[in-house]
Order: sequence, then C-alpha cells, then structure tokens
Amino acid sequence: MNNKIWIYILIMAAVTYLIRVTPLVLIRREIKNRTVKSFLYYVPYVTLAVMTVPAIIDATRHPIAGAAALVVGVVLAALGQNMFKVAVACPLVVLIVEAIIL
Amino acid sequence: MNKKKLFLSGMRDGIPITLGYFAVSFALGITAGKAGFSAIQAFVASLLNNASAGEYAAIALIASGAGFAEVALMELIANARYFLMACTMSQKFSPDTPFYHRLLIGFDLTDEIFAINVTRKGYIEPAYAYGAIVTVLPGWSVGTALGVIVGDVIPPFAVSALGVAIFGMFIAIIVPPAVKNRVIAVTVLASFALSTAVNKLSFFDFIPSGTKTIILTVVISLAAAIIRPIPDDGDCE
Repeated sequence: MNNKIWIYILIMAAVTYLIRVTPLVLIRREIKNRTVKSFLYYVPYVTLAVMTVPAIIDATRHPIAGAAALVVGVVLAALGQNMFKVAVACPLVVLIVEAIIL
Repeated sequence: MNKKKLFLSGMRDGIPITLGYFAVSFALGITAGKAGFSAIQAFVASLLNNASAGEYAAIALIASGAGFAEVALMELIANARYFLMACTMSQKFSPDTPFYHRLLIGFDLTDEIFAINVTRKGYIEPAYAYGAIVTVLPGWSVGTALGVIVGDVIPPFAVSALGVAIFGMFIAIIVPPAVKNRVIAVTVLASFALSTAVNKLSFFDFIPSGTKTIILTVVISLAAAIIRPIPDDGDCE
C-alpha cells in the first residue's frame, strides 16, 4: 500500500499541474472576443461566491453560527476591512455564537 | 514597487491565506491519515497539489480502493475550475514577462493565489506571486502532515471555528469589488442564491459537489457575460 500511495500522489500531481498550466502555455495572446473576455472577467467572483455559499453554513456545528460568520464577514469586507481581519473575524463569530447556542 | 517590495507584499497577503489553509489542511491530514497516508506522503501530496477539493476527493477515492485511472479522472473534475482560472490568468500576464513564470506560477494556481493576483491592478507581478506562494505552500503542506500526526485530538469546537476562515478570505476578495460595481454585486448575489438552490434541493443530488461548482461557474459567468459584457476597452479590473 505504501508504494502504491506514492504512485497515486504522482498521478494527482501530474493531472493537477496539467490542468493549471495548459491554458497558461497555450493562450499567449490577448483574447479579443468580447464575450469570452467578459466570461473570464466574471469567473473569479462567481466561483468564489459559489464555493462560499452555502458551504460556510454547512462548515459549522450549527448553521446559525455559519450564517452569522457570513453576515459579519460581508459587512466587514463592505466596510473595507482587509482580508486578514475578515478571515480572523469569521472564526471568532463562530466561536462566540456556538458558545451561546450549543 | 521594486521586486523586493512586491515579494514582501505577496508574503503579507499570503499570511491570512496561510492561516485559512492551515485549518483546512489539518482536516485534510486527518482524512489522509485514515486513508493510509504517512505524514511524509501527506506532506508531499499537499506540496505537489495544493488543491483542497482535489486532494479531498482523491484521498477519499484512494481509501475506497479505486484504481489509478479513476483517481486521475476525479482529479480532472475536482480541479477543472483551475482550468477556467488559468484561462483568465493567461490574460493578465504581460507580453514582456518571461515564459517560465507561467510554468512556475501556474504550479500553485489555487483559488486564493488566483484571486489575490488577478484582482490586483495591471499585469501579474511574478515577484508578488512568488512571495504569496512561498508563504502559503509550506503552511498547507505542514498542516496536512500535522493532521496525520496529531489526528483527532483537536476539539470539535476549534475545527468548527477554523473551518470558516477560508470562507472569510473568499468574502474579503469578492465583496469590495461588488460594493463598487453593481453588476458584480448582482452576479455575486445570484451566485449565492443559485448555489444554495443547487446544493440544497435534493433534485440535484446526483451531481457531485465539485461538478456543481464547475457547472454553476460556467453558467452564471456566461449569463453575466452575455447580459452585461464588459466595455470593449475594459481593463478587467
């Protein structure tokens, strides 16, 4: 099993690297097509939003704690707080809310 | 900014990401340990992949005794969003940036490395990207190894709290541009709503969760691109 796991690890690494690097290697020019450009412009916002909700609510022991972290995080970020503060505030909210309701 | 300043700036922005990663990688390490990974194997797997969803999915498959081809296919699906992100990132490299930077930065194209580099103004600055990568990658790998070693001694309340750090990071990336740009705001809200629907309605249960992320990303981004294309001379900021 031990040696087999090394092979699995190499396969995982090779596939992941190819997925990440192929577009960077093949697309060398500026894309002119407006729809394609617009699509690529929206991808980061959409994919992060999709990964955050509802996952943040399911990540905690009680959904209210996750929902509270989401609300506090959005408000802090909208007020212009930096990434570090928001990333620390969310777990703190979960600690407090879970301490109260669990 | 000179290269040293850019590198340090990348390291600074990498710190919150590292903290968020640490919690996630720790949980990942516990799973890896149960699947038969040694601490060193978990460390190397994380060093070479740095992909939370991809690693989770593959480790779960390995634990269930799946073959090599199955693991490769799973990795392809779970990480397909990086293909989209790399397409976006390809547009942010200056024609003057040497080619090998694409091969090196692409190696650690994670959600967060992508986000902090692409949402910066102007072209990708390799020094900034490397500053972030050298900060983030060791934390992720060591966290996974520690998860194997320390296993389940971490109390559940700490796991629960640490688990949302990574989402706080995502929120900090998407909300400020949404405040400034109403189209992004509407797109983000629509993403929240549709993602909740697709993940909570049992009708969609047959789609694996990694695949849901890919489909939602493609459909919503395409809809936004068609309904509200960016201005022709738009600099994609």
